[in-house]
Amino acid sequence: MQLNYKMRLPEAKKYVADKLHVSAFDLSDSTVMRQLREELDIGLIEAVPGLAKGLAAKDHIAKLLDIKIDCVEKLKEKLA
Amino acid sequence: MSDVWTRMGDGQAVVMTSDELRRDIIEASEDAADKGKVPILEDNEIDKMMEIFTAPWRVIGVEPGHEVPLTKDETACTLVSSQLSSGSHLPISREAAVEIFERVFAFDTMELGWIDYSFKQAKPMVSLDQVSIERLLATTVFPILYGAMPNMGLYYTPDGPFTNPADLLGMMKVEEAREEEMKAAELCEEDMIFVCKRMAEIGADGIDFDTTASAGDADFLATLKTVEELKKTTKLGIEVGMSGEFILGMHGEVEYKGTRLAGLWPHDQLKVVEQAGADIFGPVVNTKTNKSAAWNVARAVTFVKEVCKQATIPIHANVGMGVGGTPMFETPPVDALSRASVAMVEIAKVDGL
Repeated sequence: MQLNYKMRLPEAKKYVADKLHVSAFDLSDSTVMRQLREELDIGLIEAVPGLAKGLAAKDHIAKLLDIKIDCVEKLKEKLA
Repeated sequence: MSDVWTRMGDGQAVVMTSDELRRDIIEASEDAADKGKVPILEDNEIDKMMEIFTAPWRVIGVEPGHEVPLTKDETACTLVSSQLSSGSHLPISREAAVEIFERVFAFDTMELGWIDYSFKQAKPMVSLDQVSIERLLATTVFPILYGAMPNMGLYYTPDGPFTNPADLLGMMKVEEAREEEMKAAELCEEDMIFVCKRMAEIGADGIDFDTTASAGDADFLATLKTVEELKKTTKLGIEVGMSGEFILGMHGEVEYKGTRLAGLWPHDQLKVVEQAGADIFGPVVNTKTNKSAAWNVARAVTFVKEVCKQATIPIHANVGMGVGGTPMFETPPVDALSRASVAMVEIAKVDGL
């Protein structure tokens, strides 16, 4: 949200927290986020079989945050 | 008066009294205020600095909820390069190294760049870097930037085609020196646009311009014009990281949209970077090795606080070897580094590091 939308940190945290239905404080809680990331299938640090990785995870993130991620869009163009 | 174990700007350990520490913090803030024409730190901020530097723990952190994201320069050279980049020279690929930064070091973003990390050197290898970025975009989750240094000095003899202005200035050939600088800036801009557009073609998330303005005001101009072009024609996110706290007037009369670039301090550098359209600004404040770590951090925070106050875009302060209050040492001590980082977050209110 900072790199592509120029959001300052409080605004960026609020945007993401609202989209994920958590508090901004929770975004930095690794226990909360580990479980949430698995639930939403948006990519984890650990390698869990069957969960989204790479571009698949980024596609889920793009949909959740209602943004476009360029590499995901390019993949869709190639698959069309 | 209690004693405080701390560091100097060169990384050496030193013991100071609390009074000496407080004097250093105030003097450093006054120095920044005097040079940059920015406000000095307020009393409660000086007290916060004292709290940070007298904390008895080796490593300190921000308060819960105040965490900030990280961007990084110099790609994964920490793992794959040698001492020339403070690297460990692990026998792994650049791609594996970037993935380690995501999954082992838990970085928020990462960049890939050519090992010889300048745009001029990276240009002939751009197709190799393109496929590396493509591979990483497919396998990682965090944003992947392409990073390189404008490093306009490489366009001067003996490395480049233009006569070194430093040689011409020594012969009092000022106009000739300026002419060579502007020619170098034009070619540097052309090369940077070429490389960055190749990265846009394959969907890189952004570009990190590292050590911008290292060759002075013309170098800065080349980068600003490159950013402007990229924001008009691509979807790349752009981070501009500086090389120094003050723009050297090697040319002296270079302007960007009516602002003379020579002599700009961080909060003024911010304005032209915003005008060019960049998304993130990374100010630099240089470390003085003969001053204490607290002196250096107080000075850096005074400058960066004003940047953050005036910014309309996110600010990711450069905090690392020799900048942002961190000691100038190839492996900066973690006690000093954590204190500089906490001060930047809690006092300067940066949006990232």
